[in-house]
Amino acid sequence: MVLTNETIEQRLKAKFGDLLTNFETPYGMLTFEAPKDYNLKLLQFLYDDTELRFQFLTTLCAVHYPDQPGRELAIVYHLHNLQDNVRIRFKVFTDINTPDIFTATNLYSTANWMERETYDFYGVNFVGHPNLKRILNVDEMDYFPMRKEFPLEDGTRIDKDDAMFGRG
Amino acid sequence: MSEIAHNHIKLPEGSIEKQTTTLNLGPTHPATHGVMQNILELDGERIVSAEQTIGYIHRAFEKLAERRPLYQITTITDRMNYCSSPINNMGWHITCEKLLKVKTPKRVDYLRIIIMELARISDHLICNSIVGVDSGAYTGFLYVMQYRELIYEIYEEICGSRLTTNIGRIGGFERNFTNAAFTKLEKFMDEYPKVLTEFESLFKRNRIFMERTQGTGAISAERALNYGFTGPNLRAAGVDYDVRIHTPYSSYEDFDFTVPVGSTGDNYDRFLVRNEEMRQSLRILEQAYRKVQAFTGAEAEVYHADVPEYYLPEKKDVYTKMEALIWHFKIIMGETAIPVGEVYQSVEGGNGELGFYLISDGGRTPYRLHFRRPCFIYYQAYSELTKGAMLSDAIMTMSSLNLIAGELDS
Repeated sequence: MVLTNETIEQRLKAKFGDLLTNFETPYGMLTFEAPKDYNLKLLQFLYDDTELRFQFLTTLCAVHYPDQPGRELAIVYHLHNLQDNVRIRFKVFTDINTPDIFTATNLYSTANWMERETYDFYGVNFVGHPNLKRILNVDEMDYFPMRKEFPLEDGTRIDKDDAMFGRG
Repeated sequence: MSEIAHNHIKLPEGSIEKQTTTLNLGPTHPATHGVMQNILELDGERIVSAEQTIGYIHRAFEKLAERRPLYQITTITDRMNYCSSPINNMGWHITCEKLLKVKTPKRVDYLRIIIMELARISDHLICNSIVGVDSGAYTGFLYVMQYRELIYEIYEEICGSRLTTNIGRIGGFERNFTNAAFTKLEKFMDEYPKVLTEFESLFKRNRIFMERTQGTGAISAERALNYGFTGPNLRAAGVDYDVRIHTPYSSYEDFDFTVPVGSTGDNYDRFLVRNEEMRQSLRILEQAYRKVQAFTGAEAEVYHADVPEYYLPEKKDVYTKMEALIWHFKIIMGETAIPVGEVYQSVEGGNGELGFYLISDGGRTPYRLHFRRPCFIYYQAYSELTKGAMLSDAIMTMSSLNLIAGELDS
């Protein structure tokens, strides 16, 4: 039997009911939202279910939406069922003041660095992570650089001393 | 004397009593083949634990991408896996084309496959010959290097640069392949199979090489999947996952090739899998070249899709035609409308599934762009792979995993 997006959606709705929302399929990939307390339960169900078998975590990242009060940070999971070759994506939204999300490291070893990277750039606190510290940036950094409040330097600024950059 | 030393040198607490030795492998060490650090705890020559520190060449690519129009991001992707940058470039173009719903002509797809398979060969041959160097066999490395040079010359014929290629555009290529490019490609396809066989015979049944690589750095299929391994490293563990087969892009479905798999997931199997993949790449190259040659008439000159809103017009048209000038201006200034949406597109990179997750809010730049960088994901298994191994095996394992610092740190 071919595992279609509709089958997955029905199966998830039968298990979680109205908790999962905003089902859509942008460019063919089933995408939906889950409440932040349910991310781990959902991942576990997707992993264990004999029909769904989403047992490969392709990638995990965060997105910052400063204009959505209470839902500023989205954590996006991309999962892959390698046997049936189906991919899905789900998102978990959290507010930026208490960005606490359960860690997926017990289920996926690969989540370890992915979550560290997400913490490093967005400040998402993965509860239960064995080693949640910065990974690409320096340990002393006291902000989360990928958040939208940190714009890139204006490329046209002229107040720099060019001599310092070998251009004077 | 000892009292003076005691006053001046402050050793960390308990370091005299400690039974193990701490060794910093890297960040700049010839054997790390890139800027990465491993803090090893050694008991004699055995590794008790390893902790990786990465990020030494982090350049904030994901942040930079949030300010650049789509076509300017290609140069960022070059600098990730710089051993096979054309694959990254193509992956990025294919992602954009998916978002923009651009359909590329078959000839473009086949030309892209030629470039991507050449890049895969150059990636694998570097990785495998470096594994040889780390086991003490320098010859193979120097020998195959001239064929990487030939591949780089083909790149040069097509796009003008060698390492950070910036090859291709959204919709196709910046110019048609020259005859010189095809001549060099023919030369490569003619000579390389023999070289590859020779290279392989240097190592495959070499007693020293076998003993150094068999059983070292091994990982089971389950652990490899759990760690998110992809590419040759996963296939060496026995899982036949290949993006080219699972989610074909750029018309890979038109080609006949097999996916080699190993069984033990150790350094030796990774070596063999990469070698066999080079053979399969040669098969794909030959088919692609035949398919490209089979085009006749106007089709034989097609090298880009007809999408004036994303593909830069020819320079001579920009100077003489009003419409071309307008498109040129709009593209360069990033003023063409980009649809709102989110796409995930992956390609089979030199070392695994290279993914692009692009969210567009309709603005001139991506709202968010996330790179799934295969070696960032599998490098975290390194401490598990080397636990209990000898220090010299850890070096081999590192090169056999095909770590590229540029991709690791993004």
